[in-house]
Amino acid sequence: MSIPSESAPSSSTELLPRPSRLGRFWRAARGTVIPTATFLALIALWETGVRVFDIPSFLLPGPSAVIAAGTGLPLAQWLAHTVATLEIVLGGYALSILVSVPLGILIASSRPVAEALYPLLVVTQSLPVVAVAPVIIVILGAGELPRLVITFLIAFFPIVISTVTGLRATPPELVELSRSLRAGAARELWQIRLPWAVPYLFAALKVSITLAVIGAVVAEFVAAEQGLGYLIKFSTSYFKVPLAFAGLAVLAALSLLLFQMVVWVEKTVFPWSVPRQDDR
Amino acid sequence: MTPTAVTFDGVAHAFAARGGEGVLALSGITLDVARGEFLAVVGPSGCGKSTLLRMVAGLLRPSRGTVSIYGRPVDEPRDEIGFVFQKPTLLPWHDVLGNVLFPLRHKYGRATAADRDRARALIAMAGLQGFENRLPEELSGGMQQRVAIARALLPEPEILLMDEPFSALDALTREEMGFELLRLWQQRPHTVIFVTHNIGEAVLLADRVVVMSPRPGRVRTIVDVELPRPRRLESLSDPRFHEHTQRIRALVLDRAAAPA
Repeated sequence: MSIPSESAPSSSTELLPRPSRLGRFWRAARGTVIPTATFLALIALWETGVRVFDIPSFLLPGPSAVIAAGTGLPLAQWLAHTVATLEIVLGGYALSILVSVPLGILIASSRPVAEALYPLLVVTQSLPVVAVAPVIIVILGAGELPRLVITFLIAFFPIVISTVTGLRATPPELVELSRSLRAGAARELWQIRLPWAVPYLFAALKVSITLAVIGAVVAEFVAAEQGLGYLIKFSTSYFKVPLAFAGLAVLAALSLLLFQMVVWVEKTVFPWSVPRQDDR
Repeated sequence: MTPTAVTFDGVAHAFAARGGEGVLALSGITLDVARGEFLAVVGPSGCGKSTLLRMVAGLLRPSRGTVSIYGRPVDEPRDEIGFVFQKPTLLPWHDVLGNVLFPLRHKYGRATAADRDRARALIAMAGLQGFENRLPEELSGGMQQRVAIARALLPEPEILLMDEPFSALDALTREEMGFELLRLWQQRPHTVIFVTHNIGEAVLLADRVVVMSPRPGRVRTIVDVELPRPRRLESLSDPRFHEHTQRIRALVLDRAAAPA
């Protein structure tokens, strides 16, 4: 198998042909270059299509019209709308986590509780929140609370489910280890089951942050005087469609940013829970 | 006569099955394990070997009969016990050192500097020096199982229970780990109950081999292994090694072939 020879390569990487400088640059950059190019091409196609077919901007504004409308609104107003939406998103998200994780723990630790609560949870999810939103506004008034509740109702469910799944996925051997040490239920939960549920939890947290954005926008559609959802609804009802598109773009950017933040938190605080990308 | 570490007295165990009828897993187990003895338990799957271990660990109560440690019936998990499972089941968020220290942290909420030193010594003894700060996912299966063994040894258990600890390893690693275990056992003598379905492994490691019959599990025979210690690679070519493995294999196969 091994041939003792002085010219034998000292590491396996030397066996591979060394890529050219351009080749290495391409390998490093293709992950960003290809999607960016696709995106820019789509924008160009959109602009060209709108101009060639002379589509009125209240039906489909071209990217240039959207940018013009976006820059037409003062930055202070953009900030005010964005901050208003962000408050509802983050508030509703925090509420979802604060309720769902303990609820998941409760459901995972007791069969009667699980049997009592699961059907109820499924019912709340089978009700379309968009339809429930106006009712909630009527009940809770027009303040921040109903918007937080609507956001919560959309975002909390995946967190409950994945907390339960993660807690139950703990290997039975680890539970036996804990029992054989007589460590107690609190330590078993805190030092074994909860950390074990972290990867499951983050899978749901990533889904839920985007759901929270949806929830906040739905709430703003129904009752708000501020926020990106309100801006979009207001703009469309006055046929200011380019401004609505600008609002959509900001909303999409916000949603992406929040998602990336959740990814970053997982990578930074729980690096072991992120599957390694190299060598597998 | 050496004092007895573990006693099984007429132990039977039934699992609740669907439909209300219990399934008898173990029946009429009466057995003494001497202090400092290395006892292997072999038998086909479904003979209740693992159940036996879990009773000693206090994780399961026998339906009938009693299991005692040093003459005291086991009614809850006891400090004298260390348990090594079939899979390493390390905590992926702790490094090697953290995993070895975990039982102490888990039980008492803290680990002292002295505990850390002991853990490092154990890790070195298990041949993992330099890997203290690696995460489990960076280790091979054999290395992970060494960590699991070090973890079980850290609280200095007098009785070590091992549930097919090497069955997930490849044949070469498995043999190597067997000798490693013997080396550890000679350095720190304690009672070992070692469950396996590998007959050669049982003969190589143990003072006595308990041969079980399946469904319900009963003690079929106990074979005294008269191989000199310390056992080495050469023990594998000792004619007595072959005699014992042949005899045990015949006993296991005979029962497995007979109609249930």
